[in-house]
Amino acid sequence: MSRAPKRADGRIERRFAALRSEARGGLITFTMMGDPDIETSFEILRRLPSAGADLIEIGSPFTDPMADGPVIQRAGQRALKAGITLHKTIGLVRRFRVEDDTTPLVLMGYYNPIYRYGVEAFLRDAGDAGLDGLIVVDLPPEEDEELCLPALKAGLRFIRLATPTTDERRLPRVLTNTNGFIYYVSITGITGAKGGATTSVRAALQRMRPLTELPFAVGFGIKTPDQAAEIARVADAAVVGSALVSAITDSLDENSAATPATVEAVLDLVRELGEGVRGARLEASS
Amino acid sequence: MKSLNTFRAGPDDGGHFGIYGGRYVAETLMPLILDLEAEYEAARTDPVFTGDMDGLLEHYVGRPSPLYFAARLTAHFGGAKIYFKRDELNHTGAHKINNCVGQILLARRMGKTRVIAETGAGQHGVATATVCALFDLPCTVYMGATDIKRQQPNVFRMKLLGAEVVPVTSGSQTLKDAMNEALRDWVTNVESTYYLIGTVAGPHPYPAMVRDFQAVIGRETRDQVKAREGRLPDTLIACVGGGSNAIGLFYPFLDEEDVAIIGVEAAGRGVDTGQHAASLTAGAPGILHGNRTYLLQDEHGQINDAHSISAGLDYPGIGPEHSWLKDMGRVQYVSITDDEALQAFQLCSRLEGIIPALEPAHALAHVAKIAGSLPKHHIVVMNLCGRGDKDIFTVAEALGVKL
Repeated sequence: MSRAPKRADGRIERRFAALRSEARGGLITFTMMGDPDIETSFEILRRLPSAGADLIEIGSPFTDPMADGPVIQRAGQRALKAGITLHKTIGLVRRFRVEDDTTPLVLMGYYNPIYRYGVEAFLRDAGDAGLDGLIVVDLPPEEDEELCLPALKAGLRFIRLATPTTDERRLPRVLTNTNGFIYYVSITGITGAKGGATTSVRAALQRMRPLTELPFAVGFGIKTPDQAAEIARVADAAVVGSALVSAITDSLDENSAATPATVEAVLDLVRELGEGVRGARLEASS
Repeated sequence: MKSLNTFRAGPDDGGHFGIYGGRYVAETLMPLILDLEAEYEAARTDPVFTGDMDGLLEHYVGRPSPLYFAARLTAHFGGAKIYFKRDELNHTGAHKINNCVGQILLARRMGKTRVIAETGAGQHGVATATVCALFDLPCTVYMGATDIKRQQPNVFRMKLLGAEVVPVTSGSQTLKDAMNEALRDWVTNVESTYYLIGTVAGPHPYPAMVRDFQAVIGRETRDQVKAREGRLPDTLIACVGGGSNAIGLFYPFLDEEDVAIIGVEAAGRGVDTGQHAASLTAGAPGILHGNRTYLLQDEHGQINDAHSISAGLDYPGIGPEHSWLKDMGRVQYVSITDDEALQAFQLCSRLEGIIPALEPAHALAHVAKIAGSLPKHHIVVMNLCGRGDKDIFTVAEALGVKL
């Protein structure tokens, strides 16, 4: 059992280094693969970087998403209905990499589809396709031998979630066997809920920063450009998920199918969020 | 049978029974789950806790439940002697209360001020609402919208007891979805809230803890059958949904080589139809609701909806210890269809004057299959884990009777 290499150099590290040199926080956007259909979700994915996304979380749906609120639950149901699978998602990553070899892609999902795929085969295929990291909601450090350690060995980043319940006793464990960045969940709750106050986020990051050199992304409940800007002042990146999924949802027709407005609805919001984040300088560097 | 010298040593420190079990939950819940484990370990050897528990089981629940010789069914099948462990006579009408009494004491010990639960048939919801009324704790029960329709009497009982019943409209709107929603509530209200899981599933320590609270069924059965027959039974039979009544009966007998043990899953409309809840018979290992276990799932790892006429068995997974016992070959798992369970339900009502719940009607249907071919001195103990009052509307509908 070895710790992750300290000086890993991949797309994620390079992107956070670039953000640091620009003295700004980044924008991380979440998009569910297959929502509302596979091709529309790919069109959104490939255009996210030029709209302002610094790093992209691609959602891989699961029938029983116990950490997600109604907005992402429904996106997952639409995606599954559209026939997305983990194999197809990896195929989309491969297509994305034809055009873009710099924007980091992190897969966010639940463990069972990966387990069923086969951990070894999944890590090989995902790495070959150009996936950079994994966020697996239902794999705490106690289960590191399942996927975390094999993923690190295979050269993928394994990104951990820290939460308001991650206290001093627990923090060292959360910061072991991890790399890429730390995803700080600003509330105890599910995706799409109201976010945590910036003051408490700031306090939490101050508590954790001395214990790791990894950058911190903060998510859950960030919906507007102002909120994203506020978070980007104290964290290394702000994560926006449910708000973007809602933009998709609101653009769909009565059969939950994409309309000509769907792709632009998401990208417009990403542009606004990107401007918000780019207008906010990091507190630490100002 | 095995080179293992005990089947009762599990789980290990990580909550694993072989490859099954574990703690597959969101990070937000991990500190609490570790606290719960520590608190349970302390409580189980604390005479104050066990004294409170024993007192409630005797005077409130009504334990020990009788071991009843079902003479007419025995004569009807013409083979093995059939005994019922009468856990349907417990307060609230099922075995669920055994576990609720233990966990509510633990919730109080931990200073929690609010209790949540999931329920399928409503028996666990009623039992949770009951202990919450007794200890004056606010209670929220998550229940699939489909189950709310087919278990109206229990929904009303929970409300009478002061609980809030929240309909769950996601997925198949049954037990699995109720559990998802309860987990979401727990993640959101983790500081104040105790999640009172109703079966031997969920993340460690729940499968072991719920088993320990339910093992009173098997311990009593041992004493009672020895007193009546002067020996241990030959065969134990119980239905398995999540599997708490079954493990409760089985656990104290796991190391008795001469006792055959059979768990009965719900085959719904038939295991070949895809509309069933037989996760051990037709599922594959996977991860859901905090543990690795046999699950009904597709080739991509997406969970399939279960089906059973019995809301309490309508779940695509099973407690992880059962998965391990299956792989080890210690327990045999079989399945019974909706129709077979309905026949057993009616037979038991007419011959013994006992209206069983649809869940143990599955166990009885398997007894019906094997009893006739077993010798007359063969002793079968079946866990009659719930009473059927809650099911009369479902059964009436299935039989084409308008109430």
